[in-house]
Amino acid sequence: MQVVVGSLLNGLVYGMLLFMLASGLTLIFSMMGVLNFAHASIYMLGAYFAFETSRWIGFWPALVVAPALCGLLGAAIEVWGLRRVHQNGHIAELLFTFGLVFIIGRSVQMAWGMLPEPYRVPALLDFPLFTLYGLQFPAYRAFMLLISAGMLGAIWLLLKRTRIGLVIQAALTHPGMAAALGHNVPLVFTIVFSGGCLLAGLAGVIGGNYQSTEPGMADSMGPIVFVVVVFGGLGSLAGCFVASLIMGMVSTFAVVIDTSIADLLRPLGVALHGDDLLGEILTVPVARIGPLLPLLMMVLILLFRPRGLMGTRDT
Amino acid sequence: MTRRDWLPWLLLAAAAALLPWLFYDWGHHRHDGFVVSMLSQMGMMTILALSYNMLLGQAGLFSLCHATFFGFGGYATVHFINAAADDTLPVPMELMPVLAGLAGLALAIVFGAMATKQRATAFAMITLGIGELVATAALMFHHFFGGEGGVTTNRMIDRSLFGLSYASGIQVYYLILAWTLIAAVLMRLQTMTPLGRMANACRDNFERAQFMGYDPRIVRFLQFSLAGFFAGIGGGLYAITYEIVTFDAVASPLSANALLMAYIGGNMVFAGPVLGAVLITLLQSGVSLMSNSWLIYVGVLFIAMVTFAPGGLAGLIMAHGPIFRAGRLPRLFVPYLRLLPPGIAAIGGFVGLVELISFLTIGEAQGRHLVLFGSPVDVASATPWTIAAAMLLLGGAWLRHESRVFARVWQSLTSDLIEARG
Amino acid sequence: MTPAGPDAPAIRLADVHKSFGATAIIRGVSLDILRGERHAIIGPNGAGKTTLFNLISGRFPITAGSIELGGQRIDTLPPHRINRLGLSRSFQITSIFPRLSVFENLRCALLWSRDYRYSFWHLLPRQRALNAATEVLLEEVNLAARRDTPAGLLSYAEQRELEIGMTVAGGASVILLDEPTAGMSHSETEYAVALIRRMTQGRTLVMVEHDMKVVFNLADTISVVVYGQVIASGPPAEIRASRAVQEAYLGALDQ
Repeated sequence: MQVVVGSLLNGLVYGMLLFMLASGLTLIFSMMGVLNFAHASIYMLGAYFAFETSRWIGFWPALVVAPALCGLLGAAIEVWGLRRVHQNGHIAELLFTFGLVFIIGRSVQMAWGMLPEPYRVPALLDFPLFTLYGLQFPAYRAFMLLISAGMLGAIWLLLKRTRIGLVIQAALTHPGMAAALGHNVPLVFTIVFSGGCLLAGLAGVIGGNYQSTEPGMADSMGPIVFVVVVFGGLGSLAGCFVASLIMGMVSTFAVVIDTSIADLLRPLGVALHGDDLLGEILTVPVARIGPLLPLLMMVLILLFRPRGLMGTRDT
Repeated sequence: MTRRDWLPWLLLAAAAALLPWLFYDWGHHRHDGFVVSMLSQMGMMTILALSYNMLLGQAGLFSLCHATFFGFGGYATVHFINAAADDTLPVPMELMPVLAGLAGLALAIVFGAMATKQRATAFAMITLGIGELVATAALMFHHFFGGEGGVTTNRMIDRSLFGLSYASGIQVYYLILAWTLIAAVLMRLQTMTPLGRMANACRDNFERAQFMGYDPRIVRFLQFSLAGFFAGIGGGLYAITYEIVTFDAVASPLSANALLMAYIGGNMVFAGPVLGAVLITLLQSGVSLMSNSWLIYVGVLFIAMVTFAPGGLAGLIMAHGPIFRAGRLPRLFVPYLRLLPPGIAAIGGFVGLVELISFLTIGEAQGRHLVLFGSPVDVASATPWTIAAAMLLLGGAWLRHESRVFARVWQSLTSDLIEARG
Repeated sequence: MTPAGPDAPAIRLADVHKSFGATAIIRGVSLDILRGERHAIIGPNGAGKTTLFNLISGRFPITAGSIELGGQRIDTLPPHRINRLGLSRSFQITSIFPRLSVFENLRCALLWSRDYRYSFWHLLPRQRALNAATEVLLEEVNLAARRDTPAGLLSYAEQRELEIGMTVAGGASVILLDEPTAGMSHSETEYAVALIRRMTQGRTLVMVEHDMKVVFNLADTISVVVYGQVIASGPPAEIRASRAVQEAYLGALDQ
């Protein structure tokens, strides 16, 4: 029971973190049709910026400074880079953001070195919030949930209740029409892109001390964020939310499951050995193949429901 | 096909065949191991890059899992060679790449069926997922993949059509060269087939292709599968050369490499990726020895190309074609010359800054002293920093000015030509 | 169900409806287009003419009703299947292969009809019959001088002529042309009309057009689509005289 509840809570925390990242990516993609490969890299930058800010000023200012820096960087990338590349075609945009991954990745290594940085949870939040079934639930994780839920609420409010939100929604599905109505669509694009980067940066602030802050973070978070976006359905924030939670739970629960497919089949009288590749696959405990599961789920959903869970745009 | 088309290729092949002898140590009767090894690498990367361009340049498909088929071909070949060694698979070494290709083809068919149902962006994402899936699986499973340690073999299996033992690197090199030529010729011929042309057509205009009776998804699926076949051949040669295949051969850095080579070399011209493969291999061997930051340089070069020169190096060269044919190339000498000083200053400044920063965090910890452009540099003093920053900023501004001048000259030359053509 | 065979109409639209979300664009269109007919579809902007084309050619699915090609239902088929059954179309916005040469654009259009399928073993430069047929086509669209030019570099009118050539190349028996003369000058239009007449000899031609001169020049039947419905259909003289058409189409009939 302890394990189940613990995994549920941790899965929720991880899922919400994923959602913070994936939502920015989905917004950028739905809006501009650009898949920002560098999204996880911006997340990483957010973590590093937060680390530096907490080192010199404090954690609480970092919550504002780091995302702001990421947002500004996003704006710069959009205005001086993406906009120019846009005329070279769709693939060129993909390639551009892909190239950013190298540059940002290596720059981070260059500026901070290869070892993980000691970006710690602030002392104020470093205590167990409650104990459930013998498991302590750290207050910081509750804080993370608070931030990510707050962010979700803010996005929803922004899109549904404000004027700029309406314009973004319109430009989301009908950019030509929105432009014809006199809205400055390029400006809206810049806002959305830098907004997405800001969200990634914020995710980095709270994720950086939950996971570890090191140059490999982008490579480990990146693929799973894409999986979430594809699984949830390109163009759907709601699908993104559901997919994030599912993936969060799957990843967290997988780690504690020690059974394998062979174990499940054994009561049926099927005896399997790990003597060949198929046997090995079937006898490996789920905990060991944890990282594979989200990827497998993405492949499966693309096979059977290419639109994703709640996809609205035809990919 | 005219003789003029084949001649450059023939010359290139001859040059590649003779090159090792240029570095031959006549005194000790042996080849330069480094040169042979680098040339071998170039051959394998050429196959990787050309097969990648079947997707990127020819079909308009941005794939992020190309190394998957290269590596899978490699893994399979290790097992094939081991099987040949204990007589369960009597295939001579020279034909191993064919089997490797078939392995790559098989996997590409499986994954291609899934991936090519989607259009551009989703396709890229699913290939990213496939690549990660296979790379992660390669790390995890011991059968077939060998887990973290990979799988090994010994290429001296004493099965050869020509009685060769492949004990020496030079013999392996000639095997690689032969297969690189075969693969390149086949890929070139493929561009002139109905499938090859329709792949171009689907790239240019998905919908129009539909209204000519073709299902663009099947075109892409077949193109993807064939690209996997050729990539597998490259992987087979890799296995033969290094006698060990680990998860690096299916990992995303290698897929990214394929992209870089094809794109920087030039994805709109068939030979572009060859140029890219040669260049990137040289850079990787040369520059990475000198600097930790070569990935930044390549990244910046890549982004610069995506923004300003989407045709890559080959595209840039070809753009000079009409001007050259009109005999007006000399008019560009001075404008190019004018670009040189600011260009060198800006690049020098950039490299300087990157190296300085890199040294602070990494190099120092490794206890080295920084040597830039031949002279030792004291990282602690302000001088090198200000020099580098100044070179970058001033050089950059001057370059911007000069490039505008250059652009005007270029414009006038090309518009003249368009008018002359009428 | 109409019988397949020589008596079946080339295209039959039976009570076709199409809505995009809540908006109904096509509101019950029933129309027969007979074999060998030269049928023009006219109507004010936004009436749904191009949508009809998109429905017939399989670009969009219909919401209700049925579409038959030569007696066979096609409204559930993907575009390439419909094309293989003998229907070909051009687009309102020129749709060609810009990076391929003019010659190759035309040759690609011939490939399927000559059973090359997805072959990756036939070398195109060696296919004599195919290349000869392409040369003939090149002459017919009068673009021989631009043979090796990338299609993206042609002038607007040349591109549209190329597209017409590509549309008829595959031997389709039913040709749909979507505003083929849009954006052309007077002389270019005259030329295009002659080209269209020549290249669609003996085939069924359906055209969406705004230029009434072209319509009355080429068409032997005219259907008028207004607000998603066909309000009149018949020979040109009848349409010209129709009160309903004049009312719906005020001022658009320029002579």
